[in-house]
Amino acid sequence: MSEPELAHAGLNLGPSAELTRDGAENAIFGFWIFLMSDAVIFALLFATYGTMVAGTAGGPTPASEFKLLPAFVETLLLLTSSATFGRASIAMKYAEPRRTLFGWLGATLGLGLTFLALEANDYATMVAHGAVPSRSGFLSAFYALTGLHGLHVAVACFWLVVMVGQVLAYGLDARVKINLLRLGLFWHLLDIVWIAIFSVVYLQGAIR
Amino acid sequence: MSPSTPVLPALLGRFGWHDLPFVRAWQNPTASEIIGAFAGGLVVVGAIAVAAVLTRHRWWGRLWSEWLTSLDHKKIGIMYVVLAGVMLSRALIEAVLMRMQQAVAIDAPGFLSPDHFGQLFSTHGSIMIFFMAMPFLTGLINYVVPLQIGARDMAFPWANSVALWLTIGGAGLMMASLVVGEFSTGGWSGYPPYTERDFSPGVGVDYWIWAVTLGSIGSTMAGINIACTIYKLRAPGLRFMRMQMFCWTSLCTAILMIFAMPPLTVATLLLALDRYADFHFFTNDLGGNMMNYANLFWLFGHPEVYILILPAFGVYSEVVSTFSSKDLYGYVSLVLATMAIAVLSFTVWVHHFFTMGQSANINAVFGIATMTIGVPTGVKIYDWIWTMFRGEVRFTVPMLYSIAFMMTFVLGGFTGIILAMPPLDYLVHNTLFLVAHFHNMLIPGLLYGMLAGYHYWFPKAFGFRLDERWGRRAFTCWVVGFYLAFFPLYVLGASGMARRTQAIFEPSFRPWLYVAGVGAFILLAALASLMIQLYVSIRDRAATMVEAGDPWDGRGLEWSVAAPPPEYNFAGLPHVDGRNPFYDDKHDAGRPDPYRSPTDYSDIEVPRGSMAGIAIGLGAAVAAFGLVWEMWWLTLVAAEVVVAALILRSFGRNQHRTIPAAEIAAEHEAWLARVRATRPIPRRLETQAINRGLAEVRA
Repeated sequence: MSEPELAHAGLNLGPSAELTRDGAENAIFGFWIFLMSDAVIFALLFATYGTMVAGTAGGPTPASEFKLLPAFVETLLLLTSSATFGRASIAMKYAEPRRTLFGWLGATLGLGLTFLALEANDYATMVAHGAVPSRSGFLSAFYALTGLHGLHVAVACFWLVVMVGQVLAYGLDARVKINLLRLGLFWHLLDIVWIAIFSVVYLQGAIR
Repeated sequence: MSPSTPVLPALLGRFGWHDLPFVRAWQNPTASEIIGAFAGGLVVVGAIAVAAVLTRHRWWGRLWSEWLTSLDHKKIGIMYVVLAGVMLSRALIEAVLMRMQQAVAIDAPGFLSPDHFGQLFSTHGSIMIFFMAMPFLTGLINYVVPLQIGARDMAFPWANSVALWLTIGGAGLMMASLVVGEFSTGGWSGYPPYTERDFSPGVGVDYWIWAVTLGSIGSTMAGINIACTIYKLRAPGLRFMRMQMFCWTSLCTAILMIFAMPPLTVATLLLALDRYADFHFFTNDLGGNMMNYANLFWLFGHPEVYILILPAFGVYSEVVSTFSSKDLYGYVSLVLATMAIAVLSFTVWVHHFFTMGQSANINAVFGIATMTIGVPTGVKIYDWIWTMFRGEVRFTVPMLYSIAFMMTFVLGGFTGIILAMPPLDYLVHNTLFLVAHFHNMLIPGLLYGMLAGYHYWFPKAFGFRLDERWGRRAFTCWVVGFYLAFFPLYVLGASGMARRTQAIFEPSFRPWLYVAGVGAFILLAALASLMIQLYVSIRDRAATMVEAGDPWDGRGLEWSVAAPPPEYNFAGLPHVDGRNPFYDDKHDAGRPDPYRSPTDYSDIEVPRGSMAGIAIGLGAAVAAFGLVWEMWWLTLVAAEVVVAALILRSFGRNQHRTIPAAEIAAEHEAWLARVRATRPIPRRLETQAINRGLAEVRA
C-alpha cells in the first residue's frame, strides 16, 4: 500500500524521515481537534453575544459605540498577517535562508502587535465615555468575545516569539517545524474568528 | 458564615481566622460545625499520614520518578482511578450524612445547619461527576484503549500527564475547601443569579468555579488525546469496524468531551467574570440573562451524561462477551447505537429545564428527542442479552455487575420516559423523583460499569486477580443499598418532597426516609467491602497471580501481553485481521499461535518522565486558590510557574528513551517461556488459584 499523498490537512512539509518519526501527522491532527474545541468556545460566545446584544440596559448601543474604520483597518492587518505567516511557512518548507523566515515571522508579529494596539485603543475610547463591561449585558458580551479573541492574538504573538527563540536554539528540527505549523493553524483560525467578529459584531452593529 | 476580619490582607487576601472550620467549631460548638471541623481535620491528618508513610518507607523518590512524573499511559490511568477512589469515599460519606440529616430532621432541626447541608449536596454532586466519574472513566480508557488498539502509548503522552494533573489540581481545590473557607451552596450546577456575588459573596462559589474549570480543561485535553489516539495509532489492519466495543464507546465519549466540555468552561468563566469583574452575563439587572447560563450549562450537562455512560456500555460489552465466551451479538448495531446516542445527546439539553419558560412546542420537540434516545439504548440491552444467550455464562463479579446494570438501568430508563414528558415533568420537577431517576441511571450506568471494568482489568494491570468473595459482598451491598436508598425517593418525589431539603415538615415521609437512610449505610458498607477486598487481594496475591496475562479467556489484544504489561506494551506490533484477534488466534487451530515470538525485535522509544505536567496542573490549582482568596500575588507567581513550565518543556529535547531490542527480546522470550510452563485452565476454574492466566483451548 502506498503512503497517502496528504499526511495531514493544511500545508504539508513533504516526506521527511525525521518528521515521520516524530509523528507530524498525529501532532497536526491533534492540533486540528484542539482548534475545533476552541472554535466551539468562540461559537458559544457568538451565540451569547447574539442573545445579549439587545440587553443594553439604557446604556451605550452597538450603533453608538462601534467605529467601522478602525475595525476595518484591524481586519486588514489580521488578513495581511495571515498572508505573511503563510509566506513564512513556505520559507520553512523550501528551506529558504533563515533571514527570509525571520523576516516574514517578524512582519507577522508586527502586524499582530499593531492589531492589538489598535484594539486596545478602541477599548480605551469606549471606556473613556462609559462603555465599560459592567455597564450592561451587551457590553459584557462584547468585551468577552472580542477580549477572548484579543487574548488569543496576544498568546499567538507570545508563542511566535518563543518559536523564534527555538529556531535560534535548535534550527529547524522536526519539533520546531511541527510547532511552527501548529502556530500557523492557530494564527489562521484567529483570522477566521476575527472575520466573523467583524461581520457579526461590527457590521451588524453599524446597520442596526 | 459571617464575614470575619481579614488577616494580613496584602498577603492572605480575604482570609480571616473564621475561615478555619476549627475556629468556627471552637467558637460555636454545634454538631454541624464540629462535623465540618472533623472533616477538615481528616483531610489534614490524612495528608500528614500519607506523607509520613512515604517518608518512613523512603518512597518519595520512587513515587516521584516512577509515578507522579510518569508519561506512561498505564500509570496515568491507574493514578486517575486512584483519584476517583479517594473522591468516591469522600462524596459517599457526604451522601450518608445527608440521608441521616433528612431521616432525623422531620419536624426537627437535625444536626446539620442549612448552610452546611447546602455545601454537602453541592460537593457531593460536583465530586461525583467531575472528580469521581470523570477520572474513573478517563483512567480506564487511558489504561485499556492503547492496549486494545495495539499502540505503545497515547498520541500525546505529555498532554496526558497535564490533563491528569489539572484534574488532580481541581480535586485538590475541593479538598482545600474543607480546610480553608467553605464550599458553594449552589448545587453541582451552580445556577446564577444565586451564585452571583450579590447572593453568594463568600469563597464557596469561587472554589466551585475554579475546581470545575480545571477539571473541565483537563477533560477537554483528555478527550482530544483519546480521539487522536484511536484515530491515528491503531495497529496495522485494525480498521474501525474491527475495534473492540470499548474502543468505540471511548471514541464517542472522547468526541463528546471535545465538543461538550467547552460549554462548561464558557459557563464557569463567564460566571467568574460576573463575580470578579462585575460583568452582567447572568445577573438580574443591566441586561443579564440567567437563561444563557442554563443553556450553556446543560449544553455541556446533557452530553456529559453520555460521556459518563458510554464507557460503561463499552465495559459491559467486553464483559458480557468474554464471560459468555461468545462473539458480541449485533456488533454493527452496537456501533450504530453508540454513535446515535452520541449525536442525539446534543439535541435534548432543554429537558433539564422544561419548567423554565420556553414554549410548549419547544418542550415537545426536546421531549420527543429525549424519548428517542431510549431506542438505541434499548438496542444495546437486547444485544447484550442475545450475547449471553446459549453462551458459557460465568457469574463472576464483573458479570454480576453487568446483569444488575441491565435490570436496574431499564427501570431508570422507564422513569426517564416519564420525565421526558413535559406535563409529567412539571409535576415532579425539582423533587426527589428526579434525584431517584438520575441516581438510577448513573449508579448502574456509570458506577457498576466502572467497578466491573476495575474487576475485569485489574489482573491485567497488577498481575493478580481481585478476591471474588469480597467482590461479591461489595456487589451485593452496592445493589441492595442502591435499591433501598433510591427507590423510596421515587415515592417521596411523587408525593412532592422537594430535593435539597434540609428539614422536612411532613411526618408521613418518615418511613421512606428511614429506608433510604438504611440504604445509604449499606452503600457505605459496599465501599468498605471494596477497600477490604483490595487489602485482602494484595495480601493473598501469591495465590492469584496471572502473569501469563489472560485470566478470563479474553478476546482483544490487551489480553495477549503479560500482566502487568511491559512499559512498551507490545514487543512487536500486532497485525489485526478480525474483531477478536487474540481469541481467534487461541481457538482457531488454523491460525498462528498467539504466544509466538515476533519475527524480529527492534528498538522501542518510550517517553521519558516529565515534571512539567505536575508543575502545570498544581501551578494552575495554586493560581486558582489565589483567585478564590484574592491573593493576587499568589495567582501571579503560580501562573508564571505554569507558563515557564510550558516554555521549558517546549525547549526540551531528548525526551525519549530507547529500550534496546536485546532487552525487549530477553524480557519477551522469558515471558513466553513462563507462559509455556503455565497450565491452561478451563473456564469453570477461572476464579480459583489454579488460574495463572492461560486459557485452555477446547478441542
